Amino acid sequence: MALDKPYKNIPGTTIFDAEQSRKGYWLNQFCMSLMKADNRARFKAKERAYLDEWPMTEEQKQGVLTRDLNRCIAAGGNIYFLAKIGATDGKSFQQMAGSMTGMTEEEYRNMMIGGGRSIQGNRHLGEDGDAQPHRQPQGAAGRKAG
Amino acid sequence: MARITASVYTSHVPAIGAALDLGKSDEPYWKRVFDGYVFSKQWMRENKPDVIFLVYNDHANAFSLELIPTFAIGTAAEYEIADEGWGPRPVPKVIGHPELASHIAQSVIQDDFDLTIVNKMPVDHGLTVPLSLMCGQPQAWPCPVIPFAVNVVQYPVPSGRRCFNLGRAIGKAVASYDEPLNVHIWGTGGMSHQLQGPRAGLINAEWDNRFLDRLIAEPAALSQMPHIEYVREAGSEGIELVMWLIARGAMSDNAPRVRHRFFHVPASNTAVGHLILEEQ
Repeated sequence: MALDKPYKNIPGTTIFDAEQSRKGYWLNQFCMSLMKADNRARFKAKERAYLDEWPMTEEQKQGVLTRDLNRCIAAGGNIYFLAKIGATDGKSFQQMAGSMTGMTEEEYRNMMIGGGRSIQGNRHLGEDGDAQPHRQPQGAAGRKAG
Repeated sequence: MARITASVYTSHVPAIGAALDLGKSDEPYWKRVFDGYVFSKQWMRENKPDVIFLVYNDHANAFSLELIPTFAIGTAAEYEIADEGWGPRPVPKVIGHPELASHIAQSVIQDDFDLTIVNKMPVDHGLTVPLSLMCGQPQAWPCPVIPFAVNVVQYPVPSGRRCFNLGRAIGKAVASYDEPLNVHIWGTGGMSHQLQGPRAGLINAEWDNRFLDRLIAEPAALSQMPHIEYVREAGSEGIELVMWLIARGAMSDNAPRVRHRFFHVPASNTAVGHLILEEQ
């Protein structure tokens, strides 16, 4: 019998469960390697070559190279591990989190100062909140796409 | 006999530590956060514990995916400060309390909670930011600390009910320690926040405040709340709040005295919640 995963119907959210963790094992372990200054320097010098030392999928490597954190998370990454890439790039958690919404840094920061993203319409897939799939990307990226 | 006299609850946002370390605590954005802890620092000076039992989570620093303990108790004499990728925070090293920690481990494991015992573990912002918020920037932390790390990174995390019952076992363990120590237990993390995906930035202040109300008044009932409600209502990282139930469970069944309550949005991506509860 399949496991119950009620969190699959939350919009804009990927829960890092055992299945995601298995998929993302090497991606996340690569991220852990960036906790050492020598490895950060080697990665920054030749990103592709450094990534090729790890048994990651091409999709995972592309996610890292393009710094597309949504893509990394879909491929099994977890934000606390992916944060090591952000640290290597000199980015804060707020910059990283904001990058996954399509908003500019300023737009995201202002949303947080204004009380954060509302829960209204963002509890279940199929509602009409700003985190729903049909409303992506948000902010400046959304206006550009539209 | 040792005794838990108070519990403290606070968020442990890394940017709070960075703001303090970089001298930004007087900037209006951060002052609104630190103002909520002015009373707390005074309270810590007036109610200095002998030991702090500090419940927190590691954020892929001490534990990678190689090893994921659900509950890990630190029994070491001291703990180094983790380099999370931005360099270690410039804060004092953390001195442990191996005797009390070992006593608690033995008692709690015999009460059917299978703890992982850790003697070497760098501690990250989950542990050091609460110390900074409550103690400021001292040369040394005011007392020994027992780190207690909970897995809230890889789902499923322990249930609220299990955390609450574990807290009860910890309270019982402390009460059976012969030395007359004054122990504080801290629950950290939360409140509502989500750091990933298009729903990043979620805050649910109404839900958070209801959580605070219930944590004070009806923690056993609150501990029955299923994971899915935390995740749906308070964000994927809001699940950290189960750790507050460990601290609350360690207190007696008497109604606590609420010494301090604070709530503020935002600190970076997160709703900051803070409580100090004393035994009556």
